Amino acid sequence: MTTNVLIKVTGLEKHFGKGENAVRALRGVDAEITQGEKLVVIGPSGSGKSTFLRCLNRLEEPTGGQIIFDGVDITSPSCDINHVRRRMGMVFQQFNLFPHKTVLQNITLAPVKHKLMTREQANARAMELLNRVGLVEKAAAYPSQLSGGQKQRIAIVRALAMNPEVMLFDEPTSALDPEMVGEVLQVMKDLAREGMTMVVVTHEMGFAREVSDRVMFMDEGRIVEQGTPGDIFVNPQNKRTQDFLSKLL
Amino acid sequence: MSEWFDGIKAQFILNFVEKSRWRYLLTGLFNTLKITFFAVLIGIALGTVIAIVRSTADRNLNAMRHGPGRTILSFFDKICRLYLTVVRGTPVVIQLMIFYYVIFASSRNSVLIAIISFGLNSAAYVAEVVRGGIMSVDIGQTEAGRSLGFNYVQTMWLIVVPQALKNVLPALANEFIVLLKETSVAGYVAIKDLTKGGDIIRGATYSPFMPLIAVALIYLVLVVFFSWLVGKLERRLRNSDH
Repeated sequence: MTTNVLIKVTGLEKHFGKGENAVRALRGVDAEITQGEKLVVIGPSGSGKSTFLRCLNRLEEPTGGQIIFDGVDITSPSCDINHVRRRMGMVFQQFNLFPHKTVLQNITLAPVKHKLMTREQANARAMELLNRVGLVEKAAAYPSQLSGGQKQRIAIVRALAMNPEVMLFDEPTSALDPEMVGEVLQVMKDLAREGMTMVVVTHEMGFAREVSDRVMFMDEGRIVEQGTPGDIFVNPQNKRTQDFLSKLL
Repeated sequence: MSEWFDGIKAQFILNFVEKSRWRYLLTGLFNTLKITFFAVLIGIALGTVIAIVRSTADRNLNAMRHGPGRTILSFFDKICRLYLTVVRGTPVVIQLMIFYYVIFASSRNSVLIAIISFGLNSAAYVAEVVRGGIMSVDIGQTEAGRSLGFNYVQTMWLIVVPQALKNVLPALANEFIVLLKETSVAGYVAIKDLTKGGDIIRGATYSPFMPLIAVALIYLVLVVFFSWLVGKLERRLRNSDH
């Protein structure tokens, strides 16, 4: 099982605010994510799971600790984080599509501006990805003309257009109407099947059970328990994990 | 009734037709438009830059690591704040005269001096409007841009500022209208703008009614016309991206 470690996190700390009133969102998190692994992070709200995910591409600046991505310390001041982020896709709870650009422009903006592809190559790649998520006919539409589920599928495509090595999902289905959750999860399942390395913060336990290699339960800024979905869902060891799951299931 | 009408007609001929006095108004109008147009360009360009510096500082200064980046941002933020305080705290006509009689005392290109001083003045007001616009764009837009590997300036330029400018378009249009009317003090530094054109006629004919009303009407027509134009532009922007 132990293959290439893609992301290695050691002693990760994140404090919001300073001094005595600081909120310690992460209190020493250690984790390793291997190539091709599907890691699902669960936990109650305020447990630090989103903060953990957002630290991985430094959308949150870690207060302490170290994150090694593909052999590079991305927490060091000399690291060019903009280059690292091109290799990490991120999908947000609120989609964050660019409302002033069409679907196609949303998808091709980054690859073209970073000069990774010509406009023609980027357009072709975008259409291919749109085809995969069944939204080719929306290429010329603006985000406001799309449903929530469609927006999130486009957001996933936008991240994929950069050919990332890992995809970070921050509660991708939490802002969706229930009937739209399925279509987004299906895209994520397809992605998982293709071997993408994925870190997913979610409340979708069905998805975690079906797709993940490993489930990580966080509470109060620490990893309380982790293991295969079988271990965590069927036979949780820690009291807090048991409490959390009993409230959900 | 007919007597009254004849009086008006005589006034009109005296003020506008005789000696082709209407040309004062036309040259004045042309200068007013020229000053307003170029000043607004300076105002929007410089104002947007100031707005970016100010909103960047407002959002990030506290969270930033100590280092050269922080020092530089803090320095430019202080400069911008000082600029806003001075420009918004003094009358535009005084600023205009300082530029004309002190800073550019050796130049007699008064229209260019007016463009520069009205532009620098307008920038301060535009900056606060655009800053409001930038702050109103959801932080998720910035995060999405950064997560795609854009640096801060690219994210601002490609993603945040276009949305911010669109949001504040009505306020910017208002600024344009205010500026158009503010340029009426340009006569203080010997510029023959629209207001000054009316003054010249009045000085020659000793009849205040016609020139003043004519000048007022021309300003009014301009303002109504530009308001209509901006309304049209706004509708088009709304159509294109909902």
